[in-house]
Amino acid sequence: MSYAIEGTSGTWEIVVGLEVHAQVISRAKLFSGAATEFGAPPNSQVSFVDAAFPGMLPVINRECVAQAVRTGLGLNAHVNVVSRFDRKNYFYADLPAGYQISQYQHPIVGEGRIEIELADGSTREIGITRLHLEQDAGKSLHDQHPTKSYIDLNRAGVALMEIVSEPDIRSPEEAGAYLRKLRSILRYLGTCDGNMEEGSMRADVNVSVRRHGEPYRTRCEVKNVNSVRFVMQAIEVEAKRQVQVWEEGGAVQQETRLFDSARGTTRSMRSKEDAHDYRYFPDPDLLPLVLDEDWIAALKAKLPELPDAKKRRFMQDYGLTAYDAGVLVAEQATAEYYETVARGRDAKIAANWVTGDLFAALNRAGRTIADSPVSAAALGGLLDLMADSTISGRIAKDVFEAMVETGAEPADIVAQKGLRQVTDTGAIDAAVAAVLAANGDKVAEYKGGRDKLFGFFVGQVMKAMAGKGNPGLVNEALKRALA
Amino acid sequence: MSLDPATIRRIATLARIHVEDAELATLATELNGILGWIEQLNEVNVDGIEPLAGAAQMALKMREDVVTDGGYPEKILGNAPERAGDFYAVPKVVE
Amino acid sequence: MIPTDLTIAGARDALRQRAITARALTEAHLAAIEALNPRLNAYITVTADRALAQADAADAALSRGEFAPLTGIPLAIKDLFCTEGVRTTAGSRILGPFIPPYESTVTANLLRDGAIFLGKANVDEFAMGSSNMTSGFGPVTNPWQRRQDRSAVLVPGGSSGGSASAVSARIAMGATGTDTGGSIRQPASFCGITGMKPTYGRCSRWGVVAFASSLDHPGPFARSVQDCAILLGSMAGHDPKDSTSADLPVPDFEAACARDVRGLRIGVPREYRMEGMPDDIERLWQQGLGWLRDAGAEIIDVSLPHTKYGLTTYYIVAPAEASSNLARYDGVRFGLREDGADLRDLYERTRASGFGAEVRRRVLIGTYVLSAGYYDAYYLRAQKVRALILRDFTEVFAQVDALVTPTAPSAAFAQGENMDDPIKMYLNDVFTVPANMAGVPGISVPAGLDANGLPLGLQVIGRPFDEQTVFAVGAALERAAGFDALPQIRAGD
Repeated sequence: MSYAIEGTSGTWEIVVGLEVHAQVISRAKLFSGAATEFGAPPNSQVSFVDAAFPGMLPVINRECVAQAVRTGLGLNAHVNVVSRFDRKNYFYADLPAGYQISQYQHPIVGEGRIEIELADGSTREIGITRLHLEQDAGKSLHDQHPTKSYIDLNRAGVALMEIVSEPDIRSPEEAGAYLRKLRSILRYLGTCDGNMEEGSMRADVNVSVRRHGEPYRTRCEVKNVNSVRFVMQAIEVEAKRQVQVWEEGGAVQQETRLFDSARGTTRSMRSKEDAHDYRYFPDPDLLPLVLDEDWIAALKAKLPELPDAKKRRFMQDYGLTAYDAGVLVAEQATAEYYETVARGRDAKIAANWVTGDLFAALNRAGRTIADSPVSAAALGGLLDLMADSTISGRIAKDVFEAMVETGAEPADIVAQKGLRQVTDTGAIDAAVAAVLAANGDKVAEYKGGRDKLFGFFVGQVMKAMAGKGNPGLVNEALKRALA
Repeated sequence: MSLDPATIRRIATLARIHVEDAELATLATELNGILGWIEQLNEVNVDGIEPLAGAAQMALKMREDVVTDGGYPEKILGNAPERAGDFYAVPKVVE
Repeated sequence: MIPTDLTIAGARDALRQRAITARALTEAHLAAIEALNPRLNAYITVTADRALAQADAADAALSRGEFAPLTGIPLAIKDLFCTEGVRTTAGSRILGPFIPPYESTVTANLLRDGAIFLGKANVDEFAMGSSNMTSGFGPVTNPWQRRQDRSAVLVPGGSSGGSASAVSARIAMGATGTDTGGSIRQPASFCGITGMKPTYGRCSRWGVVAFASSLDHPGPFARSVQDCAILLGSMAGHDPKDSTSADLPVPDFEAACARDVRGLRIGVPREYRMEGMPDDIERLWQQGLGWLRDAGAEIIDVSLPHTKYGLTTYYIVAPAEASSNLARYDGVRFGLREDGADLRDLYERTRASGFGAEVRRRVLIGTYVLSAGYYDAYYLRAQKVRALILRDFTEVFAQVDALVTPTAPSAAFAQGENMDDPIKMYLNDVFTVPANMAGVPGISVPAGLDANGLPLGLQVIGRPFDEQTVFAVGAALERAAGFDALPQIRAGD
């Protein structure tokens, strides 16, 4: 079922393209030697170049270029051997030069694509139009003084990759899946930390609506939406607003809008009212960026295995379902954790434990896989204890909870708490005999044909043995005794 | 192509230069004079010519990713017409 | 010996032989500045105390037997070069209060080599002008006067008018300049001195207030070709802080001045023979070519067919780049601020009040030619014509080693002349602009006087990064011309 908005006059399709600004991981800025670290005191990570002092000139950072190339390769995109930097001219309080150095006509990366997975298990390909390098602006603080805005240029000049999608997205869910997938790829590549709260990944959302089968109608750009959830909300409310405008006989005006997450609305951005004439031209302070094919090849050779490839491998090598594999590869740390657990063990059982018990425990504790209280090696050890029948699957759940609480090794917990499974057939036979003796009536019923009571006897025997009886041996002993 | 007062206003706004109404007519004469002269270029045949952005016939050099600059907020703020602590201050901006 | 009459080469010898101290040389210049600058307005800022401290340091070094190429040589610095701790205005009220916390690469190179800075030389506002009339700090007077009319106050040319006037009047031994369309060569011609625009990329632009980045060339002024070569040797060099700086070794420019020009092929571009050019200039040009022929060079007629479009191309490219380069002057981080009702009003009032008429005009033109719908018709077309201008030079330099032309279509004119129509003023740069478009080196050498007794320069243009041939041909012209006329206003007179 495709997503649609129900208007008073029928259904509308939404058309969405995303422009994601991803802050490049690098030590220094794109065109200056100032640091990029987050959270420094105001204007302490600013060079004269970043503050656009007279006579200052940009010099490009090789690592930022490498990060853009890696990202392009990771997005299955074409890397342009020759690209160019242009100036995008506009006045704004936190744009010191009065222009942003960006790439307009000749971006460093051309067309690519991302495959997204949806909740119903289907997949879709979203086209990438381009990726280009540009400078971030500084930060304006509007809430420090009743009549003043304060300007901090620490962020000014930090490298950004603007990753532009084709208008291929047709629902808020697809937008969410696209962003999560893109973030996952960027994190795998180590080119952006994908942290939307700190603003290192921001999205501008282009939204329009149309009747099915129509050409595109006028779009609006919703700026700087800072979480996946807000992007999905912003698309929905903006699309509904546009449907209402069209249905009331109006026309949507092409404009820049701001998402108000508190009110759940979008509103027109006054400050951008005349910003459409950016007067792009090639930055005369910079020369064409010409990349060496061998350098690109060397970067490509060092790329990590990316989520899609890893997912395919997990399905093939470990026999996982697409769903489980998808969950496990979303974060590189999870995938690594899983592989440590699964190596040399039953891969499906490993997957169940990681996606089930471990995720639940992390969720409860509000932790991530990186600071999990249970290490992959320890979880592996627990699986080993089950595999060699030291403990039963049921006891394993208890041991796991104890591991989460104490961080102790599973073998130590089993030894300390005396949880070792009983495989002594004499002890089992004795427990079976005692249970049957205490339940003479049920034995009679069973022998009279009520087969279902077998489970009851198993439960009673296990209970009598405090759960430590080897389930297989208990079954055998019971069958013998009841024969 | 000739500039009318409305276009001059639009350009002046883009360039953030205040222009008094009284200046518009003089400016229009001057700018149209210059633009008219510039239109000589229309007689040049530029078919198939690649545009040249600058005289330097080189490719861009890259620097290493090392922090070598910044860390001097007093120098950054020392020339500011108005500052508030370690921030630049401007009239409040409404987004 | 009048210290202010010394050439840099001469002073260098005198200093090393301890025939004169750097302090005495500097004091002589400072005294001359005090006497003449009120009349010439060649300096916006005089840094006497600093200069004397630098002179004492130079003397201390010389007394230890240590000297660098420019130890103890007093210079004027065009007020477009940022100088650490010394106000730098670019001739604009908008930078009136600006004190850079950094030193431009070119001036740092000069300081490294022991130079003494007397002060900051007046300049057309943001280097936009050909007469120094657009400076926010008042016009500069040319030290030369018309024989028949001493009362007419002449312009020194522009934009490096203060630098040229100071060197000509002997209140500096040499000076830095910048040349975007002729701003070194044209004032050198007007003031009867030598001015050199090297190849684009030879001198770093880092720390030089930008006018048009793809056309701005720092370079030297001096009273001889050799002195220019000495200065350029210190100013030039690769700078990793400027992405357009060429990573090439700096040759021995001074040695090149003594090179023989025998066998060199000298091109005479026929398109430079323009209608209405004064006879004096045509005559001097022919004379210059004759001198070179006598010195053993071969004179060859050549064609630079797109020369006539150089100026119009320039008046698209330069304002376009300037409109963007000057956006940073917004009253927020440095310089002048005019209060406004809101931020936009603050910007508009600051820029309207801080920029003079010519700068405002060029920023508006530049904004227009880049604006939506006009980019292709103006800027893109200009870039294509620029490619054709470069192609002209490349083709011509396959046939000849250097070109010789007049530097400017006229001698110095009076303040107030050519002011009624911006285009008339722009035409001053008609012979100099093409070299900026192509980034090739050029020098203006004083070669004679016109009927009014005013100096006229000849221009030598060379291949990219072949300043040595330019110096060699320039020095040959200088030797043959034997130019020894003196300006009416000068130190030691």
